Amino acid sequence: MSRNLILGAALSSLVLMAALMSFIWTPYDHAVLNIPAKLQPPNAQNWFGTDHFGRDMFSMIMVGARTSIAVALVAVGIGMTLGVPLGLTAAARKGSWLDEFIMRGNDLVFAFPSLVIAILITAVFGAGAINAIIAIGIFNIPVFARITRGAALSLWEREFILAARVSGKGAARISAEHILPNVANLLIVQGTIQFSLGILAEAGLSYVGLGAQPPTPSWGRMLADAQTMVSFAPHLALIPGLAIIMTVLGLNLLGDGLRDWLDPRIRVARA
Amino acid sequence: MTKQRFRSFASALALGASLFATQALAKSDITIAMQLEPPHLDPTSAAAQAIDSVVYTNIFEGLTRFMGDGSVVPGLAESWEISEDGTVYTFKLRDGVTFHDGSTMDAEDVKFSLDRATAEDSANAQKALFAGIETVEVVDPLTVRVTLKEPNGNFLFNLAWGDAVIVAPESIENIKTNPVGTGAFTFADWVQGDSITLNRNPDYWGEQPALETATFKFISDPTAAFAAMMAEDVDVFDNFPAPENLPQFEADPRFQLLVGSTEGETILSTNNKQAPFDDILVRQALAHAIDRQAIIDGAMFGYGTPIGTHFAPHNPAYVDLTGDSAYDPEQAKALLAEAGFPDGFETTLHLPPPSYARRGGEIIAAQLSEVGITAEIINVEWAQWLESVFKGKEFGLTIVSHTEPMDIGIYARPDYYFQYDSTDFQALMNTLNSTTDPDERTRLLGEAQRLISTDYVNGYLFQLAKLGVAKAGVQGLWVNAPTAAIDLTAISWDE
Repeated sequence: MSRNLILGAALSSLVLMAALMSFIWTPYDHAVLNIPAKLQPPNAQNWFGTDHFGRDMFSMIMVGARTSIAVALVAVGIGMTLGVPLGLTAAARKGSWLDEFIMRGNDLVFAFPSLVIAILITAVFGAGAINAIIAIGIFNIPVFARITRGAALSLWEREFILAARVSGKGAARISAEHILPNVANLLIVQGTIQFSLGILAEAGLSYVGLGAQPPTPSWGRMLADAQTMVSFAPHLALIPGLAIIMTVLGLNLLGDGLRDWLDPRIRVARA
Repeated sequence: MTKQRFRSFASALALGASLFATQALAKSDITIAMQLEPPHLDPTSAAAQAIDSVVYTNIFEGLTRFMGDGSVVPGLAESWEISEDGTVYTFKLRDGVTFHDGSTMDAEDVKFSLDRATAEDSANAQKALFAGIETVEVVDPLTVRVTLKEPNGNFLFNLAWGDAVIVAPESIENIKTNPVGTGAFTFADWVQGDSITLNRNPDYWGEQPALETATFKFISDPTAAFAAMMAEDVDVFDNFPAPENLPQFEADPRFQLLVGSTEGETILSTNNKQAPFDDILVRQALAHAIDRQAIIDGAMFGYGTPIGTHFAPHNPAYVDLTGDSAYDPEQAKALLAEAGFPDGFETTLHLPPPSYARRGGEIIAAQLSEVGITAEIINVEWAQWLESVFKGKEFGLTIVSHTEPMDIGIYARPDYYFQYDSTDFQALMNTLNSTTDPDERTRLLGEAQRLISTDYVNGYLFQLAKLGVAKAGVQGLWVNAPTAAIDLTAISWDE
């Protein structure tokens, strides 16, 4: 295992654990305001200090991790469940009108700047975590469709697929039984990268007020709230900022490490 | 260096220094930042405060005007006589007043302006101010007689509003983009989305102001506001949007802080016709569930005065009724149980963009959840707020600051967005409007304040502070905001 993989896995699981932990325990209730104790710098009671309402930042970061992960996870889920079958179908019907239709549709979605469209979607249908998930999810579909199709196309040329066809299996069955398991590695790696992009997108949407709504804590909104107070309470911006950096860095390292680790060619070379 | 060259060099230096000095002495321009850009520049056809901030007393003047301390003094009317029964006002106009286009301001213009405001199809945002006017007659070019349907002790005050300024029929057509008034400043330029520039009016009837040009710059983002002020890109910020930054200005000798009061009663507006808020017990519970001081400290960083009714604390007729709705979550829970909501209920809380609303709303939602009420926060932009809350009345709760001066009369309008329909209050307002005796008016105003306080119409939070920030050398700025205005005539730079 590479250093990247270990570091990435460590950072990612730290964030994941914080998020899971927040369901059963946080140092303080993240929703309880304690205005006399506002804007405390990090100290022994409040490890990350308190925000402008006197809420415990550590608790908010933990619960905020939950929001980020939930949004990104579901968004990646949407992308995979819709994108992968589309990609498999396009590859199986290579060159047909269906292939053209799917891939040109992909190009169309790709052509839009994703965050701007996400803002449009949330502005039209109302701000909130659900709409943020849908908005981010839609832009994950072409990513998975394209990567699946690309990998599947080269597999369709291989002898073992030919053997499966000779044995009488239909395209759908071949896609599910032979193609999909062989592109899974690739999808996991891409999923990790998309996951980190999803976290960034959620933070971006929350920052402009279109993500999870208060009182649900969200890293992006914590950053937005901190904006005017950076000059005298820098921890308000530094802490959620570092949380986002750490998570995105962790997931990217993890994705990188997984790619190296899962790639059979590199694995063979290492052995 | 030869002697001669040295001499010329020295004189050049001296010249430069003296030029610099005179420039410093004669600083006569100012850049004033405000948060919102006016939609247009006609104060007589829109409620937007930003319009008044730019044009009131600067471009347009009324028969009377507000001063910075809230008093009403003669404006274009030099003097007036009031008939015995209080229904006929005879105004003597100032002589020699001209509009910026050169035309004379006379009684015809006054008649035109008032008739325009009272007309059936009037677009005036404050028609109620003029509702009592029966006729406006021109006696001679400098005398106007206004007859009221019944006595109105507030009439001179009403005429001081920005909605009652005198406009000319000659220039009315383009008033929204090219306002022509009688004021000490003329409209020069409007760069949409950025700034409006005014120039001194050399033909002004009154004393010439110290400033030659003034630029109003629009900066909506609080972070950008802070940066612009710190970088000294602007000289004054009329009402600084981020109270949390004020201590930094206070600690910096380059700046002065002008903390005053506005006419803005910041309230938790409650939809009195929507269940369960149609039940007075629920509204009372709401009032006791709210900790005002926590909201002032948390949302406004301590700036603001708690209020217990819809009335400005700096007004002599104010009655402190905060005790009617003291913070008492236990009592709130008991009241909710009595009203049939022992487990609370769910409602919506619509929050417009200002930080008093967005931050205050988060605090209120947390306070309400302590007594079992779940308030779903819905952040809206102003346009959306006007559409769905103010016009559509589709809301449970909302937070907004009512910045019109002396606006307790809105409670007598059952179709107003919070839909308070009380015949007692409406009768009280009718009596008040026909009363001219100051002591009796004070008593009636007190009664009106008590009535809405004990009816728990809305959650009364705090009087919005006016948080002015300016460079140290700027003088003559209004500390309080008796009306939305940035009176340029009084502003000057000291040395």
